[in-house]
Parts: sequence; structure tokens; C-alpha cells
Amino acid sequence: MTATIEDAPTTSVPEIPSFEVTLRVRRYLPESSHGDEAYWEEFTVTAHGTDRVLDALHKIKWEHDGSLTFRRSCAHGVCGSDAVRINGRNRLACKTLLKDVNPDKPILVEPIKGLPVIKDLVVDMEPFFASYREIMPFLVTTGNEPSKERLQSSEQRERFDDTTKCILCAACTSSCPVFWTDGQYFGPAAIVNAHRFIFDSRDEGAEQRLEILNDKEGVWRCRTTFNCSEACPRGIEVTKAIQEVKRAMITRAF
Amino acid sequence: MTTSPAIANPRDTYKRQKSTRSNFELYGWVFMRASGVILLVLIFGHLFVNLMVGEGVNAIDFAFVGGKWTSPFWQTWDLVMLWLAMIHGTNGVRTIINDYAERDLTRLWLKIALYTAFVVVTVLGTLVIFTFSPCPVDAPAELLPSVCTA
Repeated sequence: MTATIEDAPTTSVPEIPSFEVTLRVRRYLPESSHGDEAYWEEFTVTAHGTDRVLDALHKIKWEHDGSLTFRRSCAHGVCGSDAVRINGRNRLACKTLLKDVNPDKPILVEPIKGLPVIKDLVVDMEPFFASYREIMPFLVTTGNEPSKERLQSSEQRERFDDTTKCILCAACTSSCPVFWTDGQYFGPAAIVNAHRFIFDSRDEGAEQRLEILNDKEGVWRCRTTFNCSEACPRGIEVTKAIQEVKRAMITRAF
Repeated sequence: MTTSPAIANPRDTYKRQKSTRSNFELYGWVFMRASGVILLVLIFGHLFVNLMVGEGVNAIDFAFVGGKWTSPFWQTWDLVMLWLAMIHGTNGVRTIINDYAERDLTRLWLKIALYTAFVVVTVLGTLVIFTFSPCPVDAPAELLPSVCTA
């Protein structure tokens, strides 16, 4: 005899309480009647206590206005596609719960600052990635290739552990007031990724990377405002990493 | 036949205007920290000697300043203080201009004004410290420092 459930469970799962939430989204639609002017648009959607800002954006796009444009890929805080400015702070829309950004008032959602807006919440990330490429984000070694792994002690790994967490979402760089006025500044993200290799015992390109960042637009433009450390959705101590690169440059020069 | 609209190259890479690699900003950064510490000593030493020692602030007059500048020690002190303060301050304002002035021309003019002010103040100040005459002729003796009558 096959086993069957004798009694269907009588206790039903209690319904998750829902609430109305208003999002004020900064929109830029050059082909619309608004032309080149960005404008605010309000959407009110029904959300649950477990919903994130990304869920609310999805709801708007799927149920209210399909023209709303934003980037997202994994939707779980790993790919770094959906960094937006929520209530004036750079966050990942997929890692920010609605209940944590005061849903009683309209929630402001804007594209990240300092990069050219293409449409709605989508910005041109090319200047950001150009700086990233410039610091040579790959292993640089000399000599013959070893026939097995390049070994490293756990202490040596610990040295740059913090900066390996970067997901290149640009939340830090686009929160930096120096980057806002000077788009030529390398920006925190590029320096963080340089730090990841400069302090890696297996890498031999530290000298070159320090030389690249010892630029008028390099680490010396950092004003230690800590906006980047506060913005980082991965909790990287960005400002500390920048200071460590500065220190490495000073000990190299003297 | 219709002409197709020009579409921007999607792989048109963003380029840095020019590489500005040099140790200039590095030395500037270190100088700001070092001069800051030295200036703390110089300025508070200056304030202490001028305002607190002896009769305090009431002692400051032409004779007091004139007397001070007859000593090479105070001449050097004031000279170092003047130069460090001027370079430190000018470098600080230069940084602020770089941070806030977005247009190249605005930045250029603000810097021209800044460097002009720096040169005028520093040259004038240095000149005064070294060419100051503590005993001008035809001046009432009671206003002059004691070195003049000696």
C-alpha cells in the first residue's frame, strides 16, 4: 500500500501582511515628450514586508509601466548590476528591503551619480570599467609557469581578503564627490581592485600598478570622505584600502 | 533609397585625457602632513611668546616687533612660519579648486589668482623680515626698541 497523507494539514500559512508603497523614480526618456529633461514619476504598488526595492521596481515594470528601464541580473546581490541611489544613498536594489527605507514616505530611486544616464536608471558604465581595466586587474608574474598551484599561506591570503569581495557595482565610485566633479579620477573601485593584486603575494605587478595610480587622478585625489565605505554593499573597507595603497606608494618613494 | 542614421560605435572606448603620473601629488600629500605638524609648533610658539610671556598682549608695539626682528632666531622663526604657512595654505586651496572647479578655464583663472596672491604675500613678507629697520631716524626714542639707544 502506498503511503498517503491521512489528514491534509489544516493550519494554513498566515498571509504575509501587505502594504502600499510609493516609489518616486527619476526617469529619463529622451524619445518621450519630456525630451532631454529627466523627471520624477510616482508609482504606488502593493508590497509585502519581505519585498525589496527591486521587487517593487519589477512590479512597476510588469504591472504599471513597461517602459521603466533598469539593470538587474542575478537579483541576489552578487552580480552588481542594480546599484541605484535609494533615498540619496547608493545601494543595490536587490539587497535593500522596502521596510528598511521607510515605506511610509515616497521612496526616491535615482540612477547612480557621476556617470552618463542612458535611460531611466541605466547609466553608461564605460568610464567606470575603463579605469578598472587601466589598473591591470589580472595576475602578473615573471619566470616559468609553475606545474602546480601558486601556493600562499592563509596569512598572505588574509592580507587582501577584504578587497576580493568587490562585485564592480560602481556604488562606491558613484558615491564619491571627487568623482562627481572629476570624471577622470580613477575612483574607489579601481583602487580597491588594484589593492587586491598589489597585496597578493603571488602577484609581481605591484610596482606597475602603484605607478599607474601614482597619478594626479589616482589615489591622491581621495579626500577620505568615507562615502565609498558607506556605500559598498559588500562591506569592503574601501577608504582603508585606498589609504593602504597610499602608504605603499610613500614607502616606495622614500 | 534611405540614408541610415549614424549610430555611435557601441565599443567606442572611453579614454583618459592624458596620463599625469608623477610624484608631485605624493610629495604634496606628505608635505601637507609634515608642514602641518611643524606649523602647530611654530604658530603656538609664536602665540605664546607674543601674547602670554611677560606683559602679554599689552607688550606688543613697534618696539616689541622691532626688537624681536633684530634677533636672527626670531627672523628665522618668522621666515619659516611664513613660508610653510603660505605653501601649506596655497596647496590646500589648490586642492579645493581642483575638487570644485569643473570647467578648465575657471580652474585656470582661480589658480592664477591664487598663485599671484601667494607670490605677493611671500615676497613682501620675506622682504619685510630681512630689510626691516628697527631704528628709523627722527623717531621718538621712547617708541623704539632698546637696541637702538645702546
